[in-house]
Amino acid sequence: MHRALTLTRRRIVSSIPVLLIVIIGTFLLLEAAPGDAVDAYLLSLGGGDAGLVAELRQSYGLDQSLVKRLILYVGALLRFDLGWSVAFDRPVLDLIAERLPNTLWLMGAATALAFSLGSLLGIVAGARPGSLTDRALSIGSLALYAVPSFWLGLVLVLVFAVALRWFPTAGIETIASGKTGLARVADIAWHLVLPVSALGFIYLALFLRMMRTGMAEAWRQDFVLFARARGLARRRIVLRHVARNALLPLVTMLGLQAAAMLGGSVVVESVFAIPGFGRLAHEAVSGRDAPLLTGIIIVSAVLVIVVNLLVDIAYAALDPRVGSGEASS
Amino acid sequence: MNRVAGRLMRSPEGVAGFCLLVLLAAMALAAPLLFPGDPLVIVGRPLTAPFTDPALPLGTDRLGRDVAAGLMHGARTSLLVGLATALVALAAGALVGTVAGLAGGLVDEALMRVVDAFQIVPGFLLALAFVSVTGASLPVIILAIALGAWTGPARLVRAEVLSIRERDYVASARVIGMHPAEIALREVLPNALPPVLALTAVIVATAVLVEAALSFLGLGDPNVVTWGSMIAEGRNVLRTAPHLSIVPGLGLVATVLGVYLLGEGLADAMAGREARG
Repeated sequence: MHRALTLTRRRIVSSIPVLLIVIIGTFLLLEAAPGDAVDAYLLSLGGGDAGLVAELRQSYGLDQSLVKRLILYVGALLRFDLGWSVAFDRPVLDLIAERLPNTLWLMGAATALAFSLGSLLGIVAGARPGSLTDRALSIGSLALYAVPSFWLGLVLVLVFAVALRWFPTAGIETIASGKTGLARVADIAWHLVLPVSALGFIYLALFLRMMRTGMAEAWRQDFVLFARARGLARRRIVLRHVARNALLPLVTMLGLQAAAMLGGSVVVESVFAIPGFGRLAHEAVSGRDAPLLTGIIIVSAVLVIVVNLLVDIAYAALDPRVGSGEASS
Repeated sequence: MNRVAGRLMRSPEGVAGFCLLVLLAAMALAAPLLFPGDPLVIVGRPLTAPFTDPALPLGTDRLGRDVAAGLMHGARTSLLVGLATALVALAAGALVGTVAGLAGGLVDEALMRVVDAFQIVPGFLLALAFVSVTGASLPVIILAIALGAWTGPARLVRAEVLSIRERDYVASARVIGMHPAEIALREVLPNALPPVLALTAVIVATAVLVEAALSFLGLGDPNVVTWGSMIAEGRNVLRTAPHLSIVPGLGLVATVLGVYLLGEGLADAMAGREARG
């Protein structure tokens, strides 16, 4: 426990400067956009007089210099104030807090699907490296990895929602169904089957290939040779010795693909009209809502840091060789 | 080089990837010859079914644009974006990695924190933000995708440079009084690059997929045909004319799969391995 704490503290401290770079970079990038929040707001109003413009600029702090605004922004961030969304006319933090849970469910379920099915098929492929099953799974997973997630989503909708009518085409739950408790959970789960598949099946390939490669290497190790020499049953060797050793790197992969999956959720949520974090990003771009987009990018960076921290802790718990003494970079 | 090519041609993955990409490149190159003129103009009745009009072999979309012309010109866009992004990302990554590795100290530390920062922001969100700020045109999109792709090469080049700069030939170049910039360009970089080239396949493949996703969301270059925008356009008539979304998607799958297969075959061939099996 003590080791996990030290690790956590060290990771948090080292991620502060990185996060600061993200904040400054995002702020400057979106400052470079032509027009500011007031222009966007006036566009939605259909115009306004010069007095209103000056007043609005002052109330948003837009009449200050760039550096001063950046300092104001970072200061507000420290108080968990992400600014005001122009397109929604609501605090950015409220919007994100409202949308994020849907995306976390989607990503969590997709990761669980990709990890479990991917490592399982990876074990099947890696049990006999070079066999026909292995080659078929390798090519199949490569093909799956080449599929764009939004297109897979549309194909799934065509087959399972339009033709077979098994699942709904879009949305997160049946609108105005009045369902509560478990019935509502089941309704949401039913709506999430297709989006989770669209996102999860693509990353499945990643875990499958990594598991397979790890197992192919483990077969060449001495302890596996020894286990075979002792005459252990093949199934036992595959599961207890080979697969077990190949599983650990997959945990690291969980953290690495978190950022990619967060990006992937933007398109998948758009295809399935899920009111989530990713769709919010798309709406921020369409609505020329710079404060919202800045907030989304910063929150996504924090999210990636947190996921990687959790993965590190899990890794330390699983692998006793990870020490606390030396600094790892 | 010939040995590598020979080994590549003996690996089933390499051959399959090579054939797919040659086919797609032929489509891209032949597009302006077979379908001269703008593929975005209306040429026939909207939603002409495929194989009904000999002049429009694959029919038309909701607005009456030629699907076959769109597919061919779309191959051009995808391949161009993929290759250009890889070029930009590799060049930027090589530059930053070399500077970080050779300079060391504070410069190295600062550059690597910037690399970290780029890696914790989802590349797709970064591309989205960049395109929304600068407006969608093909060069901007290429740059936007490269923003999320240069960190991998930068890390790898830096690691290579760190090991190469301790070698004897670099030390002797220093002793004979070569300028540091010259050492970096003539001695270090050429030796640090080969392992980095292995990343090319992944970068090209990711770039093709990201461009398609941006176009699908309506953030692509509105003046060129892309497979992503064709899928988005076909989505409006998904129930009645599903082929309008499905066929361009197959083009994307073929392109990305071809890139992966060729990349895998090349990596095996360069490592001196025969086809696995």
